[in-house]
Amino acid sequence: MKYLEEKILKIIMICAAVIILAVLLFIISTVFYRGLPALSLDMVTKLPGGGFYLGKEGGVLNAIVGSIYIIVGSLVISIFISVPLVLYINFYLPAKSVFSSVIRFSLDILFGIPSIVYGAFGFSLMIYLGLRASLLGGILAVGMLIMPIMMRSFDEITRLLSRDLPDALLSLGSTKYEMAKVILRQLMPGLVTAILLAIGRGVGDAATVLFTAGYTDNIPSSLNQPAATLPLSIFFQLGSPVEEVQNRAYASAIILTVIILILSFGARYFSSKFSKNKI
Amino acid sequence: MIITSHRLQENENITFPDTKEISPLKKLINSQSIRIENLDVYIENQHILKDVNLIIPEKKITCIIGPSGCGKSTFLKTLNRMHDETPEVKISGKIFVDDENIYDNRVNIIDTRKKMGLLAQRPCPLPMSIFDNVAYGPRIHGMKKKKTINQTVIQYLQYVGLWDEVRDRVRTSATRLSIGQQQRLCLARGLAIEPEYILGDEATSALDPLSTKKIEELFVKLKEKYTIILVTHTLRQAKRIADYIIFMYLGKIIEAGPTEEFFSNPKKQLTREYLSGSFS
Amino acid sequence: MLGIAIFTILLLIIIGLSLFFKALPIMREKNLWVLLTSAQWKPFKGDFGFLPFILSTFYVSLIAIIIALPFSILTSIYLNSYASKSVKKFFEPVIDLLSGIPPIIYGVWGTLTIVPLIANKIAPKFVEFSTGYTVLAGGVVLAVMIIPLLISIMVEVFRSIPKEMIDASLSMGATKWQTVKKVILRKSISGIIAATVLALSRAFGETMAVLMVCGNITQIPHSLFDACYPLPALIANNYGEMLSMPSYESALMFSAFLLFIIVVLFNGISRFTLIQIEKRYQF
Ligand SMILES: Nc1ncnc2c1ncn2[C@@H]1O[C@H](COP(=O)(O)OP(=O)(O)OP(=O)(O)O)[C@@H](O)[C@H]1O
Ligand SMILES: [Mg+2]
Repeated sequence: MKYLEEKILKIIMICAAVIILAVLLFIISTVFYRGLPALSLDMVTKLPGGGFYLGKEGGVLNAIVGSIYIIVGSLVISIFISVPLVLYINFYLPAKSVFSSVIRFSLDILFGIPSIVYGAFGFSLMIYLGLRASLLGGILAVGMLIMPIMMRSFDEITRLLSRDLPDALLSLGSTKYEMAKVILRQLMPGLVTAILLAIGRGVGDAATVLFTAGYTDNIPSSLNQPAATLPLSIFFQLGSPVEEVQNRAYASAIILTVIILILSFGARYFSSKFSKNKI
Repeated sequence: MIITSHRLQENENITFPDTKEISPLKKLINSQSIRIENLDVYIENQHILKDVNLIIPEKKITCIIGPSGCGKSTFLKTLNRMHDETPEVKISGKIFVDDENIYDNRVNIIDTRKKMGLLAQRPCPLPMSIFDNVAYGPRIHGMKKKKTINQTVIQYLQYVGLWDEVRDRVRTSATRLSIGQQQRLCLARGLAIEPEYILGDEATSALDPLSTKKIEELFVKLKEKYTIILVTHTLRQAKRIADYIIFMYLGKIIEAGPTEEFFSNPKKQLTREYLSGSFS
Repeated sequence: MLGIAIFTILLLIIIGLSLFFKALPIMREKNLWVLLTSAQWKPFKGDFGFLPFILSTFYVSLIAIIIALPFSILTSIYLNSYASKSVKKFFEPVIDLLSGIPPIIYGVWGTLTIVPLIANKIAPKFVEFSTGYTVLAGGVVLAVMIIPLLISIMVEVFRSIPKEMIDASLSMGATKWQTVKKVILRKSISGIIAATVLALSRAFGETMAVLMVCGNITQIPHSLFDACYPLPALIANNYGEMLSMPSYESALMFSAFLLFIIVVLFNGISRFTLIQIEKRYQF
């Protein structure tokens, strides 16, 4: 009886895992099947020409560059905010302080706030400040979106380490400077994982940049010009009735996925390199 | 009766004082003891246990001693087939329990484990109440009636002397007990599956002297009904409670024999060195 | 650094307050109860009933979690307790890959496959006609999206269970499944709840993927095969163009505020229940 139960459940579990695998394959193959034929060098090297959305010549370089600008900008901002904060919570505040749990709780909520809310909030903030949809607006909104993601995952890893690491080191008789060095090296993989997660969410999110970054067929040359982004570009191309343009949307989807994959595998590679020379 | 050697055929070379009563081989065939033949264990291609041949006597306490890393825990795990959970471990050889080779494909792992109550180094209560911890074994083996479960739980809690200490809070979490109480709870939990053998892997090393004493007394009481195999690091404990001693070194059985004989008159040079504490 | 710490807390308060004040005009104009329970949505006539959007959000997320939870739990258990090392190694990047795929691509996939599948194959068995852009489509796409999130958290949760505990159960002759059922799941219940809450709040707020497949028709959906219009889609579709109408803008900000409140409540409640659970069964 219990053996039968065991067997049946094992089969069900394998089925569940296989279905998930199949769905993943299905998603990727659908996108590639429709998008690959439309993928060309022009797609990644040219701006949308006149009548691009009606099926004429051009590419999505504007969106690629825009997306990269925005993610790099917002990453820089959020790294500068998250790293000190996480170190502060974990190494300066006592382990069970009320303040740190208040911070963690508000991080949890910030983490849960939907991207569309950040978008709407960012936009109303920009109107208040007299800004128009621009690269800067996109960077700020995406920055708000990914900051809690980074903080939370970085904090989680740091918390595991901070519990016993400093004691162990001090009892070994190392100086504060050496200690800081070792801790940072230990934390590096955690930080990289956090960045990786943040990039994944940030690059792919359309709802935040929908109002804040605007959309343009050109590459922005300053912070107050609007910037195109890949997810929006995909969305607009999909909205076109022309089949060719729709196929180009799938091609752009491939580009977006590949960018994210390159970024995350790069991050993974670095994190494994760092963790190799742990103490 | 303990026999150790490279091959069973060489048994004649080793004599134990009390072998006169029954011929060892004959006894092992009809008794519920454990007989191990040519046991080799490899973990990730490392040879951990090397050609172990042993007989473990029935209803006695057998202590395994030896330096850290010599394979004591590995050996215990082969007895209740816990190695089956880790694919890196390769086992060859035969272990007869009740005259049945437990590594035979026809033998059910679960039945084997049910015969062996394991007491781990550190007490590990399951994430449930004290009552449910003890009832866990009977329940998974199909006991349904509330009344019988109740009786069983109380019986075994009384047996390990825990009942009076916890009778008011058997429905509360088991993790709130002291470590010594937890270990006795784990013993009760193990006994509740009605095993024939009790395996203890340094079962008292995490405990204070008083709790240790309680557990030791329990073991002595238990040997009337059970065959007990203990791994221990304290030679004094082995001296106190063991009937037989097995000394292992680097995955090999070096020497084995009745406790008094083993301590007063060790046969091998290695054993003498170990007993005199010149290595650890 | 103290400044930054205060900044994060302030940011939360600022977001909440500014959404609140932006939503205040509409809440002044209309009774809050009417806003929440009326199904009348005619912005140009000044009727703002959010019930269709609230219900849509709720239904889509509910379906998503109902589909995703069993799959994720089963798969994570499989990966944790049954799968061989090579299977685990193989699955790790797959889950990473799935969680790296941006929502818009799930949306694309949904329009290409799930929507026609529902329109042509599934819906005809139950209703006369459906475009395929439905509650069900939104739920399925959302489910596929949150599964990797759930799995990656749950695998972590299961992994944190001490091995001795599992060994203790196995060595008493429990089968693997008995061990899973009575020890592993029990020990990780709070982790599973936390993961579910996280996934649910992601589902509530997901915009693009759902917007692309759920039809965006203002109505109270009565079956799985009706179109629906969740709150985030409402904001995304209309905000930006409707700034000329103050009450409409305020209404949209009200929906953003609603989402915000839902997330705050969710976090609060889940934290509270988790503490209760841990207190009750402090195992
Ligand atoms: N899972 C494993 N993978 C690799 N090697 C292992 C594994 N388990 C045990 N070993 C090796 O097997 C040998 C015996 O280990 P075992 O735990 O049986 O020693 P022990 O005698 O119980 O030591 P101690 O007294 O410290 O508990 C050791 O050299 C150990 O490194
Ligand atoms: Mg050991």
